[in-house]
Amino acid sequence: MEAVRFDNVKFSYEQEDEYAVNGVTLSVAEGEFVAVLGRNGSGKSTLAKLINALLVPTSGKVTVFGMDTSDPKQTFEIRKSAGMVFQNPDNQTVASVVEDDVAFGPENIGVPREEIGKRIDFALDAVGMQAFRQATPSRLSGGQKQRIAIAGVLAIRPKIMILDESTAMLDPRGRREVMEVVRRLNKEQGMTVLLITHFMDEALQADRAVVMHRGEVVMDASPEEVFSRSAELESYNLTLPRAAAICKRLQAAGMPVGNAFTAEELAEEICKSLQKI
Amino acid sequence: MQIVAKNLTYTYNPKSPFASHALQGVDLTIEEGEFFGIIGHTGSGKSTFVQHLNALIRLTGGSLTVGDYDLSQKKCKFIELRGKVGMVFQYPEYQLFADTVEKDVAFGLKNFRKDLTEEERTAAVREALETVGLDFEAIRGKSPFEISGGQKRRVAIAGVIVTKPEVLILDEPAAGLDPLGKQELMELLHRIHGGWCKTVVIVSHDMDEIAENCTRAAVFSEGRVAMEGTPAEIFARSEELFALGLDVPLTAHCAMLLKERGIDVQTNFTCADFADKVLALWKAKGEGTHAQ
Ligand SMILES: Nc1ncnc2c1ncn2[C@@H]1O[C@H](COP(=O)(O)OP(=O)(O)O)[C@@H](O)[C@H]1O
Ligand SMILES: Nc1ncnc2c1ncn2[C@@H]1O[C@H](COP(=O)(O)OP(=O)(O)O)[C@@H](O)[C@H]1O
Ligand SMILES: [Mg+2]
Ligand SMILES: [Mg+2]
Repeated sequence: MEAVRFDNVKFSYEQEDEYAVNGVTLSVAEGEFVAVLGRNGSGKSTLAKLINALLVPTSGKVTVFGMDTSDPKQTFEIRKSAGMVFQNPDNQTVASVVEDDVAFGPENIGVPREEIGKRIDFALDAVGMQAFRQATPSRLSGGQKQRIAIAGVLAIRPKIMILDESTAMLDPRGRREVMEVVRRLNKEQGMTVLLITHFMDEALQADRAVVMHRGEVVMDASPEEVFSRSAELESYNLTLPRAAAICKRLQAAGMPVGNAFTAEELAEEICKSLQKI
Repeated sequence: MQIVAKNLTYTYNPKSPFASHALQGVDLTIEEGEFFGIIGHTGSGKSTFVQHLNALIRLTGGSLTVGDYDLSQKKCKFIELRGKVGMVFQYPEYQLFADTVEKDVAFGLKNFRKDLTEEERTAAVREALETVGLDFEAIRGKSPFEISGGQKRRVAIAGVIVTKPEVLILDEPAAGLDPLGKQELMELLHRIHGGWCKTVVIVSHDMDEIAENCTRAAVFSEGRVAMEGTPAEIFARSEELFALGLDVPLTAHCAMLLKERGIDVQTNFTCADFADKVLALWKAKGEGTHAQ
């Protein structure tokens, strides 16, 4: 089934002729894991907000599991299906105790009390924050707060999870844990994931990478293919994953190595090349 | 100014059930002229430590000197110190408040440089904004709320460097920036480092950033310094870093995998050096085979 569909969508915040999203047509299938890349200001967050009806298109149409986001009667269902985790850890918590904060979403959508406890357990385990169940969110550091925010979204059990640079503030282990959670939710529960990120290695974990530039989708392919088209990528001011950049350097110096995107692949290619001699 | 912390301790909400022992005996010396990196898992005390360096958090245990300023002394000139040790907080753009960019940047000057005339102040603001790569005339009258996120970050940094602090501390300055934004920020820091800004201290979760930019680094864990050294020294201890919940730069990860397969790449873990060393191995091997 189609989870999200954009039909020639344009969106402008103020001026009529300046589009933050400028003619996007895009289809995301249920269960897909899509990474969204692009410079700051390229329209990624606007795209995300158009999905869960925080914004409605100026022209064109967005549907989420067939529901039109411009139909106010569908807004509640759409927000329940598409959970969003934002960038700034400091304005995403609402309660003074972690477990209440995680319970806030499910309570709002009328989940029964007995079930809420289970959901809190699941969500806090998933982000590795069970030990902080009784803690005060405002006393946590940024990374810990962000994991609570993600737990809050998980507790709603959405069908689509949109992460808008949500790993930007996490430490390496926090990022690994969140990415692991996201991958597991995607693989095991078929959760559709839209991951907006500046970390190229995170994009490599997705099935598909969409590159935005000035409000338009300019690349849409597998992450490996996107990162193979390095000149094009650079024209959108994006960089290669570090392994790919090193690989390119080796190739440019004449060393016969195949394309590599991760540390493992790069090590493999270097090894093969050295053994061939 | 040399920074010397000895057995620094700090507890949030002491004597309460919420007591949090953020620093539990930090010993660390940062020499003048360094581009120093601080890494460590979330909650390891990095922010608490750096906020001690310009007395945003007052010393409660241990000793700390920054140049001639002894922060354990009540008569320490804290305001003067803050003019010399600039602090860029995490996500500093959320702290912009004035109605124009110019006023926001000038705010720091009013506190620390009361001696300046109106013209001198404007000149300083212009220089700070130009240093961070913004067009002074174009941006001075704008509201901080109508400029882009990347520009806001630069304005916030301009508001700190406008006093030309000798020591510049940045708490996760590149967090949330896009790859090019990160690169430009690091270039900016290197540009000012070595001029009026003698010492740069950055807190970062990006191991590659530390490897590429820092002269030395310290790894924080549980409110203490668990490791200290050059990036090459630190990232050679990958097992320990993983155990601390951290990561290694991609080059170190790759070097580790190669070592398991009998290939030893002696690198300082910057991308350029790693590529050069791999190429050297390849060339040496090629020549070896030809000679046979
Ligand atoms: N609330 C807003 N009001 C006016 N313009 C905005 C607003 N939010 C974003 N924009 C503008 O829309 C464009 C796209 O922004 P955004 O979707 O936030 O990009 P990204 O998430 O890729 O950084 C930018 O030019 C930005 O300045
Ligand atoms: N304002 C505060 N009130 C109470 N506890 C705090 C506060 N700030 C930080 N802490 C606690 O102090 C410890 C160290 O935090 P911090 O210095 O922010 O670490 P880091 O910057 O390495 O993430 C953490 O356990 C954190 O929860
Ligand atoms: Mg955004
Ligand atoms: Mg911190």
